[in-house]
Amino acid sequence: MLQYIIQRLLLMTITLVAVSLVSFVIIELPPGDYVTAYAATLASSGDSVDQARLDSLRKQFGLDLPIYQRYLKWTWDILHGDFGYSFVWNKPVSELIWERIGLTFAISFSALMVTWILGFLIGVYSAVRQYSFGDYLFTTFSFIGLGIPDFLLALVLLWIGFRYFDTNVGGLFSRDYQTAAWSFAKFVDMLKHLWVPLIVLGVGGTAGLIRIMRANLLDELRKPYVETARAKGVSERRLLLRYPVRIALNPFISTAGWALPGLINGATIISVVLSLPTAGPLLLNALLAQDMYLAASFILILSALTVIGTLISDILLAWLDPRIRYQ
Amino acid sequence: MAQEINKPRPASPPVGNALFSTTVDEDIEPPLALSYLEDQGDKIYTATQWQLTWWRFRRHKMAMASLWLLAILYLVAIFSEFIAPADPNIYDEKYAYAPPQGIHFIDSSGTFHLRPFVYGLKSERDMETMRMVFVPDEEAMYPLGFFTVGKPTKFWGLFEMDRHLFGPLDPNAAFFPLGGDRLGRDMFSRIVYGTRISMSVGLVGILISLALGIFFGGISGYYGGIWDTIIQRVIEFFRSIPTIPLWMGLSAAVPKEWSPLRMYFAITVLLSLIGWTGLARVVRGRFLSLREEDFVLAAKLGGSSEMRIIFRHMVPSFTSHIIASLTLSIPSVILAETALSFLGLGLRPPVISWGVLLQESQNLRAVATAPWLLMPGLAVVIAVLAFNFVGDGLRDAADPYAL
Repeated sequence: MLQYIIQRLLLMTITLVAVSLVSFVIIELPPGDYVTAYAATLASSGDSVDQARLDSLRKQFGLDLPIYQRYLKWTWDILHGDFGYSFVWNKPVSELIWERIGLTFAISFSALMVTWILGFLIGVYSAVRQYSFGDYLFTTFSFIGLGIPDFLLALVLLWIGFRYFDTNVGGLFSRDYQTAAWSFAKFVDMLKHLWVPLIVLGVGGTAGLIRIMRANLLDELRKPYVETARAKGVSERRLLLRYPVRIALNPFISTAGWALPGLINGATIISVVLSLPTAGPLLLNALLAQDMYLAASFILILSALTVIGTLISDILLAWLDPRIRYQ
Repeated sequence: MAQEINKPRPASPPVGNALFSTTVDEDIEPPLALSYLEDQGDKIYTATQWQLTWWRFRRHKMAMASLWLLAILYLVAIFSEFIAPADPNIYDEKYAYAPPQGIHFIDSSGTFHLRPFVYGLKSERDMETMRMVFVPDEEAMYPLGFFTVGKPTKFWGLFEMDRHLFGPLDPNAAFFPLGGDRLGRDMFSRIVYGTRISMSVGLVGILISLALGIFFGGISGYYGGIWDTIIQRVIEFFRSIPTIPLWMGLSAAVPKEWSPLRMYFAITVLLSLIGWTGLARVVRGRFLSLREEDFVLAAKLGGSSEMRIIFRHMVPSFTSHIIASLTLSIPSVILAETALSFLGLGLRPPVISWGVLLQESQNLRAVATAPWLLMPGLAVVIAVLAFNFVGDGLRDAADPYAL
């Protein structure tokens, strides 16, 4: 087990280096740099642009260094908590991102919980009562859930809220709490708004899990040991919960790994639609404005945290399922 | 999103005709899953694998219906100019946010008309809200017909054509079967033209993914060893990062001044660069399980070259699986394109794709007054569901010998 964990940790380190490289490439891709963009803003507001000043700015930001040195400097700074400077907001990136990233993960994680609970219950029901009315109902639901892009669902919910209930279901806080500091009341207020993004994010994942849970459990229920147990007079409930459900549960842990990137994906897009104060809208604006340090920091941190989340789910899975540990 | 689509199934039992010679025994019922062979009579003894696959696929009703649906969608994509009643770029401020016109057979006086018609649109002021609203103009009736002469369009940009599949007989009549958008352009025609881009992005993107997937998955599965480890780690890397933020970053870096066509290919390549991992896994799994099969060993002992073993013996036995997982991964490309374009990071106007059309619905006020702006979303859902059903059916049929 220890060996497995060490192996995974090493792999994760390599992955993180790769993630940082990709993020850095994203910073470098747009033509021109930080200072060119700055000069353009100055010029557009009518200020004179002085070449010497630009050169000194370049020196100050280290943009005159060769590319590999810039990358090393950038990663070195990040390891010390400095993510560069947001050009649009005129603030260090690290002041802007943490609360939003926290909220992104809070939403994604709650959505994962909702997905698991619903997926488990409905999946078991669908398998045990195969071909019943409920099974068909949930099967239809899960196919539609897989087909609807989450941002479209968000749009439809927004429209329904606006048209028929005359409220805006977007946002995560009421107006009173929008800028307030964190308090218990603000937290309660957030919970009141949280259900819309949770539904939107949860539908796709739940649909997928229902399918997997149903298929796995059906496979398990057809196995001879189930028949043997039934023949020996084990009660149906005990028969179901003792082994088949336990074995069919594996995908829940193993899917957590790939569900997390999916949820972060979804959270990024629906946040733009529902104007949630998470990473999504800020990332989108940063990209559209070519505020590259801010954008790359978001991509880097979201990816890094996802990689760590995947690692945790892998270790959990290995802990639960010896077959993986000893492979 | 629906990523984990195709777990390699256990290798099929190596059964040939021996299986069938036992199942024709009078007293024994044919195995349940092979009941699709019942009505084929003696043909099953000579049927090819593709024939068996097709017979099995045919039994999956949703998949068959979806296959027809996809055929229609691709026909629409190919013949957009002919099927759309109007030019998607022609705008008329007068009809901004015009509501969908109902197609009627019975007019306001109760008379039945054999030829369907639409009422004209006129705007009136709503006395309660003081806003301008459209009401059907029951004075003006515009009969509709098939193969009508309308405004000329350039078919595939090659030659002029003024026939359209359907439309009002009077070429100057206002005809908005699904309403008008912000500039008074016909939503239906725009969705039809969007089909061309959205449905082809899926195909082109998946072809690139397929090439990458087969190449890397094949190396990984056939040779194994150090290459397998490296490729598997790369795949794990791709699968553990959230793709949307990454896509957003990469497509924001595509220069805005690129021509629409170049932009289209750039976006498609971006989408497939990240999407090939699932396919590579399927290919690898298939190679791994087939490598141990007796017929591969026999081919090896018979002195076949490596290329011959791979392409003559191994590839044909998993082509059907590849096609199934290809079909199942097209939706994710379509969804990704839609999402990116919706955010304004993918394709941009004047290119028309479903995602570009949905950009208009970002404005909540516009959606509240004109909910038909969400219609392109319905097209996305239909296309994605159809691909999912066909893929499901293909996956079940891919191994026609399995019980």
